[in-house]
Amino acid sequence: MLELKGITKKFGGKTILDGVNLTVEDGKILTIVGPSGAGKTTLLRCISGLEEVDSGEFVLDGQTFDPATNRDNDSVIGVVFQDYQLFPNLTVLQNVTLAPTMVLKQSAIDAKKEAKRLLDQLNLGDKADLYPYELSGGQKQRVAIVRALAMHPKLLCYDEPTSALDPDLRREVQQIIVKLRDEGITQIVVTHDIPFAEAIADQMMRVEPKD
Amino acid sequence: MHYFSEILPSLISGTGMTLSIFFWTIIVSVPLGILVGLGMKTKFKPLTWLIDIYVWLMRGTPLLLQLIFVFYGLPIIGIVFQRYDAALFAFILNYTAYFAEIFRGGLQAIPVGQYESARVLRLTRWQTLRKIVIPQVVKIVLPSIGNEVINLVKDSSLVYVIGLGDLLRAGNVAMARDVTIAPMLLVGIIYLLLTAVCTLVLHQLEKHYSAWR
Repeated sequence: MLELKGITKKFGGKTILDGVNLTVEDGKILTIVGPSGAGKTTLLRCISGLEEVDSGEFVLDGQTFDPATNRDNDSVIGVVFQDYQLFPNLTVLQNVTLAPTMVLKQSAIDAKKEAKRLLDQLNLGDKADLYPYELSGGQKQRVAIVRALAMHPKLLCYDEPTSALDPDLRREVQQIIVKLRDEGITQIVVTHDIPFAEAIADQMMRVEPKD
Repeated sequence: MHYFSEILPSLISGTGMTLSIFFWTIIVSVPLGILVGLGMKTKFKPLTWLIDIYVWLMRGTPLLLQLIFVFYGLPIIGIVFQRYDAALFAFILNYTAYFAEIFRGGLQAIPVGQYESARVLRLTRWQTLRKIVIPQVVKIVLPSIGNEVINLVKDSSLVYVIGLGDLLRAGNVAMARDVTIAPMLLVGIIYLLLTAVCTLVLHQLEKHYSAWR
């Protein structure tokens, strides 16, 4: 379970997040919705440790932790970026196995086996040896999801997962997120797409722009 | 024809010097250029100022002048180089500056998202550089590096100024002795062959990196 207590983030003199409290239960989907500029992405970046917060506390499974500095334990938070940010110089398989071999010190064989299993699960079995530029937008997104999953995150975050997808692919990513929930993966989805958020959410949180 | 085969041995020995300057400069300057290029991007201001001054000096004065300074100037303050070492030292200093500028440009072209995506996967800075950033930078800078490499083949002829016997000097000696332009024709052909090989190698490298975009 992840809890945020009084998370505050300022850029310069502007307060973007003002004492945000939220709780995500294990194996649930929390969607964060709100208009552009409301700080949804900033909140996600704070949770994933890409931004340092000015005040507030993160509690994961009863223990306080700082996502921005605490990079060495197992409480990994996976992120699927809006523009995916796959590594263009690596094949799909290498994109997925890079971190498990280098960070988790898995053997190349184990990492590959695990990657193939996850790729198959998301219908990417035949794409393992392609480079990212050879994939469609939806396929890139699924690779980004597999890459994050291969690190066994306790929590998986998505930044605007539907923004670049057409309606069919939107349904597909919806199915994937729900399927992962059924497998027990805790997920946070930031989106401005309200119908999508309502379709997948166990909990919904609205953020509004601060003046 | 007979004359050509007579002067060829001395030209080939001069080519040896040219190639030796060429290879050592490449082997040392390219990695150094990457390091200095990375140094330009640090937030530690004194380091970036130092690098800026260094690059300004190296790009702002002729390589010929730098060679003269290293060999004839540095002994005044007690640093004495052998001719060959002086040449290598000057070439490495000069080319590292150019390579560093090229790599800096390449580094700037890598989106922040690539670093962030590596960070959330918990890769270290060094792993991120080695596996993700540098391969992408190399692909971007390859054409510019290629230009410098071709330039270096020809710039190496400047070592005559401190009395080293390279290809051009060997041709010059033969020309003065035999009062004919013929050796220079051969010299030109040898330079063309050398740059042709460089061009081929560079094309192969670019082809290798075209597997991904």
